[in-house]
Amino acid sequence: MSVMVKLRNKWSGKTALNKRREKSEGYEVASQWQLMWWKFRKHKLAMMALFVLAFLYLLAVFCEFLSPALPQQRFTAYKNAPPTKIHFYDKKTGFSFRPFVYDYKQKVNPKTFLRTFTEVKTEKYPIYFFVKGPKYKFWGLFETDIHLFGLKAKNKPLFLMGTDDLGRDLLTRILYGGRISLSFGLLGIVFTLFLGLILGGISGYLGGVTDTIIQRLIDLLICLPTIPLWMALAAALPRDWSSAQIYFGMLLIFSVIGWTELARVVRGKILALREEDFTMAARLAGASDMRIIMKHLVPSFASYIIVVVTLAIPGTILGETALSFLGLGLQPPVVSWGVLLQDAQNLETLAHHPWLLWPAAFIIVTVLMFNFLGDGLRDAADPYK
Amino acid sequence: MNQADDVILEVKNLKTYFHLDEGVLKAVDGVDLTIKKGKTLGIVGESGSGKSVTSQSILRIIPSPGKVEGEILLRRRKHGKNDDIVDMAKLHPQGKEIRDIRGGEIAMIFQEPMKAFSPIHTIGNQIVEAILLHNTDDKKEAKEIALDTLKKVGMSNAEQRLNEYPHQLSGGMRQRAMIAMALSSNPSILIADEPTTALDVTVQAQVLHLINELKRNIGTSVIFITHDLGVIAEMSDEVAVMYLGKVVEYTDVDTLFHGALHPYTQALLQSIPSVSKRSSRLESIEGTVPVPINLPRGCGFYSRCKHAKEGVCNAGDVPLVEVKEGHYVRCLLVDKP
Amino acid sequence: MLNFIGYRVLQLIPLLIAISIIVFFIIQLPPGDFLTSYIQQLELSGTDVAQSAIISLKQQYGLDQPLYMQYFIWLKNIILHGDLGRSFQWNQPVTQVIGERLALTMAISISTLIFVWIVAIPIGIYSATHQYSFLDYLFTFIGFIGLAVPGFLIALILVYVVFVNTGVSITGLFSPEFQSAPWSWDKFMNMLPRIWLPIVVIGMAGTAGLIRLTRGLLLDELQKQYVITARAKGVGEKKLLFKYPVRMAINPLISTIGWTLPGIISGEAIVSIVLNLPTTGPILLKALMFQDMYLAGSFILILSVLTVIGTLLSDILLVMIDPRIKFGGVQE
Repeated sequence: MSVMVKLRNKWSGKTALNKRREKSEGYEVASQWQLMWWKFRKHKLAMMALFVLAFLYLLAVFCEFLSPALPQQRFTAYKNAPPTKIHFYDKKTGFSFRPFVYDYKQKVNPKTFLRTFTEVKTEKYPIYFFVKGPKYKFWGLFETDIHLFGLKAKNKPLFLMGTDDLGRDLLTRILYGGRISLSFGLLGIVFTLFLGLILGGISGYLGGVTDTIIQRLIDLLICLPTIPLWMALAAALPRDWSSAQIYFGMLLIFSVIGWTELARVVRGKILALREEDFTMAARLAGASDMRIIMKHLVPSFASYIIVVVTLAIPGTILGETALSFLGLGLQPPVVSWGVLLQDAQNLETLAHHPWLLWPAAFIIVTVLMFNFLGDGLRDAADPYK
Repeated sequence: MNQADDVILEVKNLKTYFHLDEGVLKAVDGVDLTIKKGKTLGIVGESGSGKSVTSQSILRIIPSPGKVEGEILLRRRKHGKNDDIVDMAKLHPQGKEIRDIRGGEIAMIFQEPMKAFSPIHTIGNQIVEAILLHNTDDKKEAKEIALDTLKKVGMSNAEQRLNEYPHQLSGGMRQRAMIAMALSSNPSILIADEPTTALDVTVQAQVLHLINELKRNIGTSVIFITHDLGVIAEMSDEVAVMYLGKVVEYTDVDTLFHGALHPYTQALLQSIPSVSKRSSRLESIEGTVPVPINLPRGCGFYSRCKHAKEGVCNAGDVPLVEVKEGHYVRCLLVDKP
Repeated sequence: MLNFIGYRVLQLIPLLIAISIIVFFIIQLPPGDFLTSYIQQLELSGTDVAQSAIISLKQQYGLDQPLYMQYFIWLKNIILHGDLGRSFQWNQPVTQVIGERLALTMAISISTLIFVWIVAIPIGIYSATHQYSFLDYLFTFIGFIGLAVPGFLIALILVYVVFVNTGVSITGLFSPEFQSAPWSWDKFMNMLPRIWLPIVVIGMAGTAGLIRLTRGLLLDELQKQYVITARAKGVGEKKLLFKYPVRMAINPLISTIGWTLPGIISGEAIVSIVLNLPTTGPILLKALMFQDMYLAGSFILILSVLTVIGTLLSDILLVMIDPRIKFGGVQE
């Protein structure tokens, strides 16, 4: 270790001590989580990521209310319509604070059969908040028809991200798709965490033959190319399964292949902690194995687990997206970001309807944010560093 | 302090500051040292006192964001003229001249010989590299010199050792190899940064003996850095006691052990277990060295000093005062002559 | 050394057996055996299936025997005859279907691995030696995106951007006239300007990961005592950098081939589908869609085995260049 690092470690550690000593006797000692949080707050990128992710998950949670249409609602007059422009200024009536849209006029090119849309600037369709729209069941609990925003006029275009080839509002579908894709990431990690904690825990705590077997299993899973394996297993899900069954089937596939990294972290930590003095002290004090695990081992590596988990979530989201994109995962009418991207597979279609790439933007932002967040957490996980 | 011709290195008002997020860390804060030909200067202090940083500052191998200020005047021997004095503090830290000095005129040995050698190059490779940089361009000759030096430091099977990797050698052997590497280009100054701390006691004695013997034979000056006063007694001619980046007492080795004036030095001396004073209680110094960031005014030892007087010791900067010829103390409570 | 290689190869055998069991399991996953699908397919297309042909096929693959016997027969056919089974979708032995495509997959994967190293190591070294400089931040940022955004999305967006701006579709590896032509120098030259795109896209994640790792490792190494020793000896900064810390960092980097390679092969599968490359990816997808399981299983088997071999080679390489392992002492 260089002098510099020694200096930093030694002295930054001691500054905290000095400060504490200078304060009055009643000075509170910060818990590990407080220290982590203080350190994390300084990481601006990670803080931003936290807010963006919170925002995205809020969108997913309230997608029924936030989206102006229903995911399967077809605006047959507006197939493949480009994003609607929002206006504040009209030639006739001038400026208005309330934003409004114009209707589209559709023209079909007789040769290429491509539709082109032009705005009809004769009538304004103002946008209102808390407007009545198509009926939906909020969280499947109660029926309502209030949407956050929308037009009072029926069947007029308000497609902020355009429509697909069946005339369905892409923004609505992305919001609903976010619910599937984002929840998939979280649930996937719950399954994976479960497997990783149990297998890694057993491996590290028991050691011996069990450990060897689990370690060989990890070696095996690591050298299998993940994507082809995912593809094969997803393709093997019975075709007559319901979409919910497929959703959980895919969760299972990702967990069964993806638990290795977590198990390795858990095992490594347990092996290291098992030899620590405080574990020995607890054992000498007569604490049971279970108590040692819950009281001492788990808290001391919880922060590491959080980091690994945060960095593993985007992998699961991407896996679902990739498989659904290829047509092997979730199938329409289920809406996920990957399913939505299926429409973007054809280059010709994409060239004429570039808004079909919007789901990709959401995926990329989500994945990047999880990475930033994970990075910030990793830095914060070792508050004494 | 500068009167004789036999001074070969003079450090004046050396300051090494690290500009960190938390503030300016004054690792070395105005140190003056004089190294005379063939003599050993011991630098003693607790960890965190700035003694290692001082030695690395002299060679200008302080990692960023460290900044070195002051004067480091070296009388260059190999520069042709005998009185050619270079201020190393002014040299570019990666330039040609400083690199000639490093290893060539001022060589250094480190605390942990295992970590100080590259684990994936042979001992021979690493010694020969130093020789090729400073002594000769001929690889064969360099190898012979390396072999010679290894024999000189008492390495058994020197020939075979050349082709071995650090992990194949014992700790003592590694430190011998380290010393051989440092001495291979006949430096005029050898900086030994706690060279025996990581070694077994018996090996320690051997290595110390070796350094003393080589010093006598070659006439090299030594800067010996340690926290161990026992080692200081054995090795040094003059001693600088460092505390918080400052020299607090500077004197010859006899005066240090029999007439130390600074409370910190006295406390250090009392913390040595002694065979003759079996009954007396072993003293220890309360607390640890504070962090040299945003320090309060006054004496650095104030917070731990038994004799500290409020309003005196923490009122202003304490100067280093010559109380007797060659005996300097940085303490307001010591009677001036 | 030979002992070590022999030992490592022996260690691989259980791994390979485990892989084969997993693949066999995958082949068996879809309901019904492949013969039933095969006969159905033939009957649908109006071909009469001779009973004798069915019986001989049944015997060849042991379909009339219990599952574990089927596994042994399958394994025996692979090891002794190099027979991976039959693709009913192509009505050909699997080996014939995958031959050239597998070669192209390997060519692209190995080129990608080389690309990753050539690009990532210098950037990693630069970033570590110029920590917190503008370029360091820039590379870190690009690296973040490369690591986070999967190859198939990058491919999708790239293809779209190039098509919209130039009207050129950059999918495929060859221009139409070479697509089904036999291999020739011209065909090879035709491929060169097109192959870089998949290489860059597939290599993105690996490059980003390797830059990050190189930077981290080197930052660690640069603070080690032996660097200070060398500096105190008067070694010049550049020589010092390459002789000691870079050389030290290479060892752990080589051991990363073990995970870079599966990542690349894995990424190749999906990127090749988006870019419509004549490699294993699109065929694997089609095979899975039609539940042509011998074909799909064979791909997974071969890709896994190749990964294992790649890892073995990187292990051997590591031993060759690290004296500490060679002499059996890795202790610090």
